[in-house]
Amino acid sequence: MTSILEVRNVSMFFGGLAAVSNVSFEVQKGEILGVIGPNGAGKTTLFNMVNGFYRPSRGEIYFRGEKISGLKSYQICKRGMARTFQVVKPLQRMSVLDNVIASAFLRTSSKAEAEEIARETIKFTGISADIDSISKGLPLGKRKKLEITRALATQPELLLLDESCAGLNPSELDESIEIIMKIKEKGITIMVIEHHMKVIMSISDRIVVVNYGQKIGDGTPGEIGGNPQVIEAYLGESHHA
Amino acid sequence: MKKYIPFLVLGCMALLPLLGLSDYLMHILILVLMWSVIGMAWNLLGGYCGQVSFGHAAFFGVGAYSAGMLYYHTGIAAWWGMPIAIVAALLVALGIGVISLRLRGPYFVLSTLAIGEIFRIFAENLETYTQGNLGIMIQERTWVEKAPYFYIILGIAALTFAVVKIVVQSKWGYYFVAIREDQYAAESLGINSTLFKTIALSLSGVFTGIAGAFYMNYMGYIDPGIVFALGDISILTVMVVMVGGVATYWGPVVGAVIMVFFSELIRSLPTIGSAHQTLFGILLIVIIIFLPNGIAGDLPKLIRILGIGRKQ
Amino acid sequence: MAPHIELFLQTLIAGILLGGLYALIGLGMALILGVMRIINLAHGDQMMIAMYVAFFGYDLFHIDPYISIFIAAPVLFLLGVGLQKFLITPVLRVESILPHNQVILTVGIGMVLSNLATVFFTSDYRSTPVSYATTAWYLSDYWKDAPIELSLSLPWTVSFVFSVIISTLLWFFLGKTDTGRSIRATAQDLDAALLMGVNVQRMRMLTFGIGSALVGAAACLFIPIYYLYPALGKQFTNIAFVITILGGLGSVEGAIVGGVILGIFESMTSTYLGMGWAPAGRFIIFVLVLIFLPGGVASLIKKKRLAR
Repeated sequence: MTSILEVRNVSMFFGGLAAVSNVSFEVQKGEILGVIGPNGAGKTTLFNMVNGFYRPSRGEIYFRGEKISGLKSYQICKRGMARTFQVVKPLQRMSVLDNVIASAFLRTSSKAEAEEIARETIKFTGISADIDSISKGLPLGKRKKLEITRALATQPELLLLDESCAGLNPSELDESIEIIMKIKEKGITIMVIEHHMKVIMSISDRIVVVNYGQKIGDGTPGEIGGNPQVIEAYLGESHHA
Repeated sequence: MKKYIPFLVLGCMALLPLLGLSDYLMHILILVLMWSVIGMAWNLLGGYCGQVSFGHAAFFGVGAYSAGMLYYHTGIAAWWGMPIAIVAALLVALGIGVISLRLRGPYFVLSTLAIGEIFRIFAENLETYTQGNLGIMIQERTWVEKAPYFYIILGIAALTFAVVKIVVQSKWGYYFVAIREDQYAAESLGINSTLFKTIALSLSGVFTGIAGAFYMNYMGYIDPGIVFALGDISILTVMVVMVGGVATYWGPVVGAVIMVFFSELIRSLPTIGSAHQTLFGILLIVIIIFLPNGIAGDLPKLIRILGIGRKQ
Repeated sequence: MAPHIELFLQTLIAGILLGGLYALIGLGMALILGVMRIINLAHGDQMMIAMYVAFFGYDLFHIDPYISIFIAAPVLFLLGVGLQKFLITPVLRVESILPHNQVILTVGIGMVLSNLATVFFTSDYRSTPVSYATTAWYLSDYWKDAPIELSLSLPWTVSFVFSVIISTLLWFFLGKTDTGRSIRATAQDLDAALLMGVNVQRMRMLTFGIGSALVGAAACLFIPIYYLYPALGKQFTNIAFVITILGGLGSVEGAIVGGVILGIFESMTSTYLGMGWAPAGRFIIFVLVLIFLPGGVASLIKKKRLAR
């Protein structure tokens, strides 16, 4: 197994505050890596550094062997990494199809080709029924799927999912997990931030635990489940059963 | 069927001069077409790409002065200024882009305002080049009748419309909208927002510059206070698009019709004449509170407000 | 040698005095920007209206401009609150494609104010020729053998002192009173302020009112020194936003420093380059700051604080 993403000793300082402190881990090609931790632990900041939104104050990040820390987000996306956002923001006044076409243009300049890629990806994530609906009017569950579809249309090798299961009802949750597993089957590596402990424990091959900006655990779900530091971090935290 | 509407409109417009309309009416129509061009150009940058510029007078004036200075310094007919205007406007756009496009939201707006004014002040003060406040006057008018000018600006307007439509429906158009909606999300999807904002700015500037060059040739006289004007050019441009319809193909045209006619109407009324800026201001305020996407953009809302249509 | 030093010092003093006044103008806009994230491009026009209030107070009722502060400031406060309540709040709520609707709104408000002033008051230059307008203190009166001559114009100095007093009062208000702290909380973190029970709507109205009142006071301090005409409003708006950017997005301390810097800069360019360059100079500073120091002076202050 080769590692597709290497995060080495990264820290992120805002003013005098360290949001992320000396975190290192690797993501293996083809696996699903879960990132968990209490609210405010620095998970999204970590994603933001990997995806180029922030430049790490210290440390380096390597993607497919190439150093990407310091590159801009669009450059990183072109190299094969896509992400979804916690607060989904589709192109509101456009249809689902147009939304995905916009992302598909990354790999082609022809509208016909982009549309084809878009339609395929929409079929893959199962939102074909709403393909011509204006995205503004869609319920949250469908918008979250649209968000994933848009990221997939850029044909990434690594997909960062930020809380794509938050706020979903049980059946939407199952669909979401199904999509994630289908993405894995396609060979795409996935890094997930998620609060639903059950979801993360069941889909992740490995998990990284973050608290107060530091990594406090790294291993398989089984290993993490028994880690006293992790349990302590969650003591008093009621997680969804 | 909808596809043919632009051609129909173009056809009808082309026949207008044959109706024997008065010179005054032709003048109004020429202004409407010119403002349509400027409006459509602004709309590409502002409406579709979300970068609101309050300094488009910079492009208009640069276009006008390209033509004017060419004529003044070399005696060559000002029409040849159009290609120069294109290059000049492009350079200005790139320059403004480097300075302003890195700025977030409202600071971009402010910077465009400042830059528009800087151009005006420089035009006023660099008298050896621009004649300063004396302005530039073209002695020989190319044509006496209005019809040739009408056809030229009609052609420019049709070209602008076509270019805008093609761009908006292409990869660039999608990217512009993505940037408008959420620049950071767009970047995460591989869109180089600075590059595309610059493209939008360049296209927008070039067409506005062409309109400026046309203005020089048509009106025959320009000075910094006219072509670099904040209120009468930059703000009016924003109003044309805001009133007519943001991010729509026909919005700027509708807006141009309304604003030009509105302007002329106010100017003709004896007492209210001097208060035209007040009325413009009030119109802007009303539009922005009740119809922020303009008439074409907020058409359903407008219909509701006016109470047209059957009660459901 | 001496005449050069004299000219430089005189220009510097003039710049500081002007800067103090400018700071007051910038303060209002910075406060509004910081708390409400609103860029008020009608700021200068509001000031212009206040100057007319002071002018007519003097012209019709012989009220000294400095006394008019107690009239103009409250009037502007009410104007500000009204604008915020009836125009700005609705605009922020409306859903629109274009971002920054509120900037466009304030442009419209500015147009209306400035044009109404032109229609009603005409573009004639107005002034309040108070009896002490030309009084000045001369260095040679106090120091008989001074190598250089320096003068302090009375109205300039009085205006400067008032400006300092008002700024200090504002500083105390924001720092030491409950309302002031609520306003600062709203500026720093809207959601947190809401959670802590701050009546955010009220704070925003109050802020806009105070910002407008500050500019009303500044108007009264300017009228003894400047000629008044409707287009002056636009100039003041420019000055205000250059100071706001120079000082740093919404920072009150930054606005004060920014104001003084701008005042000195304009004074220097006036003396050494000529009066016509002031407006161009302002914009050039604006653009330079945006490129090289986007966080303004405030970001430098912050860096210093964190480095400790």
